[in-house]
Amino acid sequence: MTTAHESETTKMQVPVKPNSLADVAQVLRTPGTKAIGTGLETRGIHAWFGKHHALSNISLGFAAGTVTALIGPSGCGKSTFIRTINRMHEFIPGAAMAGEVLLDGKDVYAPGTDVTKIRLQIGMVFQKPNPFPSMTIGENVLSGLKLAQLKVDNKDDLMQECLERAGLWSEVKDRLGAHGGSLSGGQQQRLCIARALAVRPQVLLMDEPCSALDPGSTLRIEDTIRHLSETMTIIIVTHNMQQAARVSDYTAFFLSEGGPGQMIEVAPTSDIFSRPQDQRTENYVTGRFG
Amino acid sequence: MSTQELQIPLPREITTEPRRSDKIFRGVVTIGGLSSLVLLGLIALFLGYRGFEVLRQEGIGFITHSDWSISTDDAGNVIDSHFGLAAMLVGTILCSLIAVVIALPISVFSALFLNFYAPEWLKKFLITVIDMMAAFPSILFGIWGFLVLMPSIEYWAKLLHRYLGFIPIFDMQVPVFTRSPFVAGVVLSIMIIPIITSVSREIFSQAPLDRIQAAYALGATRWAMIKAVVIPHGRSGVIGGAMLGLGRAMGETVAVFTVLNIVFQINWEMLLGAGGNVASLIILKFGDASPYEIKALMAAGLVLFLLTLLVNGLANLIVKTTGKSGR
Ligand SMILES: Nc1ncnc2c1ncn2[C@@H]1O[C@H](COP(=O)(O)OP(=O)(O)O)[C@@H](O)[C@H]1O
Ligand SMILES: [Mg+2]
Repeated sequence: MTTAHESETTKMQVPVKPNSLADVAQVLRTPGTKAIGTGLETRGIHAWFGKHHALSNISLGFAAGTVTALIGPSGCGKSTFIRTINRMHEFIPGAAMAGEVLLDGKDVYAPGTDVTKIRLQIGMVFQKPNPFPSMTIGENVLSGLKLAQLKVDNKDDLMQECLERAGLWSEVKDRLGAHGGSLSGGQQQRLCIARALAVRPQVLLMDEPCSALDPGSTLRIEDTIRHLSETMTIIIVTHNMQQAARVSDYTAFFLSEGGPGQMIEVAPTSDIFSRPQDQRTENYVTGRFG
Repeated sequence: MSTQELQIPLPREITTEPRRSDKIFRGVVTIGGLSSLVLLGLIALFLGYRGFEVLRQEGIGFITHSDWSISTDDAGNVIDSHFGLAAMLVGTILCSLIAVVIALPISVFSALFLNFYAPEWLKKFLITVIDMMAAFPSILFGIWGFLVLMPSIEYWAKLLHRYLGFIPIFDMQVPVFTRSPFVAGVVLSIMIIPIITSVSREIFSQAPLDRIQAAYALGATRWAMIKAVVIPHGRSGVIGGAMLGLGRAMGETVAVFTVLNIVFQINWEMLLGAGGNVASLIILKFGDASPYEIKALMAAGLVLFLLTLLVNGLANLIVKTTGKSGR
């Protein structure tokens, strides 16, 4: 694992020239020094499905290079919230939203914004692995480039880099020409992560990426998330509180009490689990409901 | 217990006793399912029976020669007859291929427009119009083709001839542009657009939502998403639709009859006003055919029937071999 890590870090072009692996780790751990962009912020996000008010007044900051976990019971609007961030929410007929999503200080909903560019900067991994079945593994990794009509000089290097960062390279390097559907569920999900990485997003949204996977695959993906957070800002929805504790720097607790979903509390992850401020958060993280 | 050797049993026979209601229902659907097969078989049998004499007389020449003549003496006895369908078969294939080549892209683009671009009200309206087109009597297409299309299409036919004449099928020796396979093909294409469109629309609308979302989430434009997800998913279904259209075009009678010049000479020059069509031949000759000629027409019907089956079989084969990768 150490060697893979070394080769990754050289590829990532750390701005400060590191002398040792420990230096690299130090650079990587300081939020904002290495990750692309200056982070993401949402201000007063509301979301509706037709008349149904699903989400109310979510304001959250996501510093560059951090991992934020969104937790909360089913139906409290976690998916809806992250789908407003990369403007996937608007695909649902009758869906509406209010508020601002600021990426590097610019509102992604500002008139005249090219929404396809936004989605290149804010990648997404879905709950159910969804590789393109008509494409090979290699083509899947590079599919974003084709879809967005981007050009790169060395496709093979990019493909290998993305698969390495997604922790899948060693498993598929001999069968890049096989179809994406021939992989196991966990491998497919890592393929989807590799695919999202290939267009070099600065933010990665993950909607319960492990909920359809076995424990082994889950651990591998968590590993991947920790590595990725060195270069990007990650927001992950999870039902699994151990997972939130393992991978995230910050945790936000969402809850719907009959009405629209709200954000009850956000804090460094260790605080959320050890000394939550709100009684409802405590009830949830101690498993008393939800 | 440990001293006794383990007796490996034979596998049990597993039976189920369906309920009476289930049995009755099964009977009903079995009859329904088999009736179309039986009908098809009976029709083929009938055509074969009636046409047998002529088929035996002409042998393989019935599909390799181009001839249609019969002479009788005063008493009505057949003195001499030559029946050969080659020109009609070539014409049938030519006209219906032209129809599919024109109709397929139009239908696929219509289906994509309806599914992914059209606003809801326009979509509903257009679907109604297209469905109406499918129910439109074919004689009206024929008359429209004859009165409206034929005079105006000559210009386009000449253009094709001028610029693509170096390709054999666009070439012609005698400049006769009316009543050509091209005109018939265009009329047929309009008749098969509804079926290909509706099959394509159906298959496109089943494109998996999670893949569509995956494409959008990767920064795809709508067209890029369609190319990456919808078209690979729908490819085999669209081919199936095209084959349905081809089948319909091959069997179409009245509309083709109205706009096509039937000539007993094999002609691949699609712009030339000399074509053939098995179904049209049958109506052309049926009215005043002698009993023996009727038998020849029945044999022609059987050949058309077999040709349609062959094309459908090929279509299934194509759908099966190309279908897997897209899903
Ligand atoms: N496509 C949709 N159409 C209508 N209502 C929806 C849709 N998706 C989600 N909702 C509603 O929005 C609320 C939040 O859902 P969601 O964001 O999926 O919750 P979570 O991801 O936290 O489980 C729920 O009440 C749900 O019923
Ligand atoms: Mg959800």
